[in-house]
Amino acid sequence: MNGPQTFAHSPGILTPDGLVGLIFLIMVAVTLTGAYIAATSERLVRAVAGLVVCFTGVGGMYYFLNSPFMAMMQILIYVGAVCITISFAIMLAAPEQKKKTAPPNLLSGPLGFMVATLVFAGMAALALRTEWQQFAKTSMGTVREIGIQLLTSYSMVFELISIILLIAIIGAIVIARGGRS
Amino acid sequence: MDLLVIHQYLTTYLVFGAMLFGFGIYGLVTRRTLIGMLIASELMLAGVSINFMAFNRFLAPDPSVGQIFTLFIMAIAAAEAAIGLSIVVAVYRHYKSVDTEDLITLEG
Repeated sequence: MNGPQTFAHSPGILTPDGLVGLIFLIMVAVTLTGAYIAATSERLVRAVAGLVVCFTGVGGMYYFLNSPFMAMMQILIYVGAVCITISFAIMLAAPEQKKKTAPPNLLSGPLGFMVATLVFAGMAALALRTEWQQFAKTSMGTVREIGIQLLTSYSMVFELISIILLIAIIGAIVIARGGRS
Repeated sequence: MDLLVIHQYLTTYLVFGAMLFGFGIYGLVTRRTLIGMLIASELMLAGVSINFMAFNRFLAPDPSVGQIFTLFIMAIAAAEAAIGLSIVVAVYRHYKSVDTEDLITLEG
């Protein structure tokens, strides 16, 4: 398919290709801002709002990765379901925290930052140094092909996922109801 | 490398996914409430999904396989969030707190 060689020269910022690149950079900025808010904000409600922003940006990434279907699923499942569930749990279970009185534990200071930075640096170095090998594409990965594969090659996994989701729903109800008369 | 064409390269997405994963790890080790840790783990899952989708777009012979796998990751993440949050609600009902510092008894 179209590899990196397609645009060896840099497009102007007002050409269509340049605008696509600009939109990509905006998406990256939005996603990283959301992730930063989600990881560091003091209040959990703001963290969930940052998570929504981050997931929307990740949906934009999926558009750039040739998969509008997954972008839609990302918005639908993560923004529409998971984030809403988390905010419900915050309303049910986490009244705004009082100021912390306990001493900070070992990892919450610079050491935690160092751990995260080291993991990121290791994985980024691995991604940059490896000589990735490309294979010839055998299909286009359209929604039609995804549907056919889901119901033929991956039908067993599909059924298992359905059962797992069913068990998760029942289990969530049972656990959250326990202790209530 | 020009900034306007970096969306054509595999390594951009890999580094970006690693960055999201790093944010997730930072949140996971610094957060002191269970819900905050759950949010951070969702961030890590997003980074992993981006990795899968990038490999799927640039390297995989059949680009539908990675999308199906990412779909399964989403389903597992939704199930995990449902179970985790119901556990959080149950823990809150028992301890009247979701701070990890307060959850110090391990017996049934």
